[in-house]
Parts: sequence; structure tokens; C-alpha cells
Amino acid sequence: MTSSAITYNRLKDKFFYWYGLVCTLSGVFILAVFLYTILVEGADRLNMQFFTSLPSRRPSNAGILVPLLGTLWIMVLTTFIAVPIGVAAAIYLEEYGKKNWFASFIEVNTANLAGVPSILYGLLALEIFVRIMGLGRSLLSGALTLSLLILPIVIVSTREALKSVPKTIREASYALGATKWKTIWNAVLPSAAGGILTGVILAISRAIGETAPLVVIGAMLYITTVPTHPLDDFSVLPIQIYNWLSRPQKGFIENATAAIIVLLAITFLLNGIAIYLRNKWQSKVKW
Amino acid sequence: MNQNSTNTQLKISAQEVQVYYGNNHVIKNVSLDIRSNEVVALIGPSGCGKSTFLRLLNRMNDFIESFRMEGKILIDNEDIYDSTIKVEALRKKVGMVFQKPNPFPKSIYENVVYGLKIQGIKDKRRLDAVVEKTLQQVGIWEEVKDKLNQSALALSGGQQQRICIARTLAVEPSVVLMDEPTSALDPISTATIEELIYQLKKDYTIVIVTHNMQQAGRVSDRTAFFYMGELIEYNDTRELFTNPKIELTQKYITGRFG
Repeated sequence: MTSSAITYNRLKDKFFYWYGLVCTLSGVFILAVFLYTILVEGADRLNMQFFTSLPSRRPSNAGILVPLLGTLWIMVLTTFIAVPIGVAAAIYLEEYGKKNWFASFIEVNTANLAGVPSILYGLLALEIFVRIMGLGRSLLSGALTLSLLILPIVIVSTREALKSVPKTIREASYALGATKWKTIWNAVLPSAAGGILTGVILAISRAIGETAPLVVIGAMLYITTVPTHPLDDFSVLPIQIYNWLSRPQKGFIENATAAIIVLLAITFLLNGIAIYLRNKWQSKVKW
Repeated sequence: MNQNSTNTQLKISAQEVQVYYGNNHVIKNVSLDIRSNEVVALIGPSGCGKSTFLRLLNRMNDFIESFRMEGKILIDNEDIYDSTIKVEALRKKVGMVFQKPNPFPKSIYENVVYGLKIQGIKDKRRLDAVVEKTLQQVGIWEEVKDKLNQSALALSGGQQQRICIARTLAVEPSVVLMDEPTSALDPISTATIEELIYQLKKDYTIVIVTHNMQQAGRVSDRTAFFYMGELIEYNDTRELFTNPKIELTQKYITGRFG
């Protein structure tokens, strides 16, 4: 190679280094600008009154008690519905199901379902849960809807976690006289727990940010009673934010930004826990 | 074959065993008897069928979809491939130690009692006693007795392998299968495991697959040489290594192929 060709190639090297760096930082930069803006606008609104007040026509009296509790209710209910079903389905597909065309059919479709626009889940849920099953516009309907939405994510991530458990762990269990189920329950699941938990938390954090499907099933915009029962009407933070942002008064915009901070805090917290668990498990389980 | 004692009991008897993986004929008409409290080494080049043969004895090949077998294997005069045999009970009786130490990502204690817990044994005193007894047996009790609740994964490879052996002994097998148990270990750990095998002979029948001919020479009473799925020669270890009857064995043990 001539020396000018080398110089040229080195230049290309440099160029891609900087180009890559700019691309990497652009995402972080946009997020930082966004966070800065909402913090500046909404931080003042984050006081006790904001967390403990019911909705109001006056922005300074309004609070997020109802949608915050709604979001927490939804989080818990969705976890209890989606996790057992999703994990069980993943165990079936990964450990019991025969590897044939039917299995790959289900596999492809599970992956496809993860990409279906969330509003379509809302429409499905409106018909099935709200109308046919008669659950109304309740927390339970909302949680079932979001469970449907995150089931594919839970299934896919659980399967990945199960796949990553080495064969030697299963063999060790079988060689000690364990049945298949004992092996799954006592050896495979504990070994995969970190991965499963990480996937579940990320799925839940996606669920609590969803708005569209809940709007479709008719989550209420203006509720003055705190939800205390799975069949109560409800609102959630993203819907509250959506609602406040559509009001003309400046005060409501400020409320919306404050609510965004709360929602982001919950999401970041969940993601943080997921990362922590993943690292903890990775350092503990060295195969 | 050189029978140097007459009161030894027949423990395992493989009779005209054939194994196929799909169309692949991997064990060809192997017949081999193993006596109680004997250590038998299976040697041969990679792919010769020695590991497959070992895994026949606790039916670990059953997990391979294309696996098919003909012939008979009797352990304590029971046909272990008979349809009435409960495979879990067989695996309790015929324990196995693997090539790479494979402790569960659980504490040392939980690793050792795993096999008992899945049988539903919960009595803490009994479990404690088994943990102490088996860890003593494998010679690691003094090293780990103060950290039984720590993860077994934090131990060294040699210690992990001994935990795996203790875990196997905890379910009280009468046969222990070992699939190259020291191939992932350093020489010192290897020496302690070999010493352990020698100790265990008193109470167990041991079948060990090894790539290391010195190891076969050190630990085993009898050695079986496999080549391309066939049992070429089976004899007293000393006899086989000093005076092989068959040229192929001679070539292999002198390292002219392998």
C-alpha cells in the first residue's frame, strides 16, 4: 500500500470515530435537553399538595393522587396477570413444546405480536374485557389490556433467559433423579431468575407508559374518587398528562410537566432496578 | 479375562449393545461386565463412543431425540431399559459426575441437599447430617464448613467438582459414573480427585471416562479400550497397559494415534 493510501485510510478511521461519537451522543443530548426543560418547568409543582390532591378545575389545586394510584394499581395487577401467564407460556414453549413447524409458527407470531401497535390491543380489549366480559372501564380491564400488550415481551425475554441456562445445569439435576418439572422448578428457573426478572421489569415499565390502549377502553379523564378495588374506574399518569396538556391554561401545562417528572422517575427507577438485578446476577452466575 | 477374585459380584452387565443416533451407528455390539466395588476406566480417542456408553448406564442419552438402542444393560440384574423402570429411580442409584464442574447457582449446602430435597426430604437434622457426611467423604468439609451458605460458584474448580461429587453421593447411589471428571482441573485438584476415587471404591462401583491414560492407570482396576464404537480390549488395567493383546490398543496406549 502506498503511503498516501494509508493516510487516506487513517483519515477515514478518524472520520468514523467522530461520526460514531456524534451519533451516540445525539440521543443522550436530546434526552438531556428534554429532561432539563421539564425539570425547569415542572420542579416547582412537585410538593405534597400535588401528590395528595384530587383533580380540580383550578390548576393550583389539582393533584395526581388518582392517576398515581391508578398507575400503581395497574403496575401491580398487570404484574400478577402477565407474569404467571407469560412465564408459564415461555416454559412450555422452551422446555415442553416439540420443536416442529407449529412451534416456529408460534415463535414467529409471538415476535410479531410484540410489534403490533398498542392501540389495536386497546380495540381488542374494549370488545372482550369491557363489553363481552362486562368488566367495564375498570382497573381490571386496564390491567388485562396491558397484560395482553406485554405478554409477548415477557414470553420472549423469559425464553431467552431459559435458553441461556447451560445444558450442564439441567443434566446435573436429571442425574440426581429429578423429573422434568423438578428440574425446571429447582434448577432452571432459579438460574434464569435474573434474566426473567429483568425482562418482566422492562415490560412493566413499558406498560405504565402506555396511553393509547387505555384511552380506547375508556379510562376516565376526570375521577374524583381514589381507586380502592380492581373494578373501580381509574385514570393513569400518561392519561392525566395527555389531558392536562390539552388544556389552554398555563397552570395545567406546568402540572403536566410535573406529572411527566413523576412518570419518568417511576420508569427510571424500574429500569434502574432491572439493570441492577442484571448486573448482580451476572456477577453471581459465572458458568 | 483375568478374574483375580472369585467372591466379586456382577454389578453391571452390558449385553450386545448397539446405539444409533439417527443413521449413525455409534456403539457397535459392545458387551462388558463390571463388578461391584470395581473402578473401570473407559479410554479411547474422541468420538470412540466411550462417553455415549457411560451415558447409557444412567440413561442420559434418552434426551437425544435421534437416540436408539438395541441390546440389554443389566444393573443389579435389572434391565434398565425395560419399560417398567422408573428412570428417576435409576438415576438416583447410578449417580453421575460431569466433565466440567456444574454446581447449581445456589449455596454449597443447597447444592449438596438438592437430590434429597427433590425427593421431598425436609428434615433439617437429616439434611445437615448428610451435608457433613458427604463433604467429609469428599475431603472438603474442613475447608467449607464455615461457609456452607455461600454460593458454590465462588469456589475453585477443584472444590466445585468435589461439591458435585458430594451432591452425587448425597442421594446414596451404588454406582458413580464419571465423565472426564478432571479434564477441566489443574494437576493438584486432579490429584485430590484421583485420591478420592480411590477412597470411594470401598463403597461404590465407579465407571470413569478419561482421556488421560496415566489417570486410567492410576485409578482403575480394569480398563476398556473403545475405538470407533467398538470395544477393542477389556482387561485388568495393568495387564492392558503392559501387555496389550491387540495391536490397536498397543498403538493407542503408546500414543501412536489418538
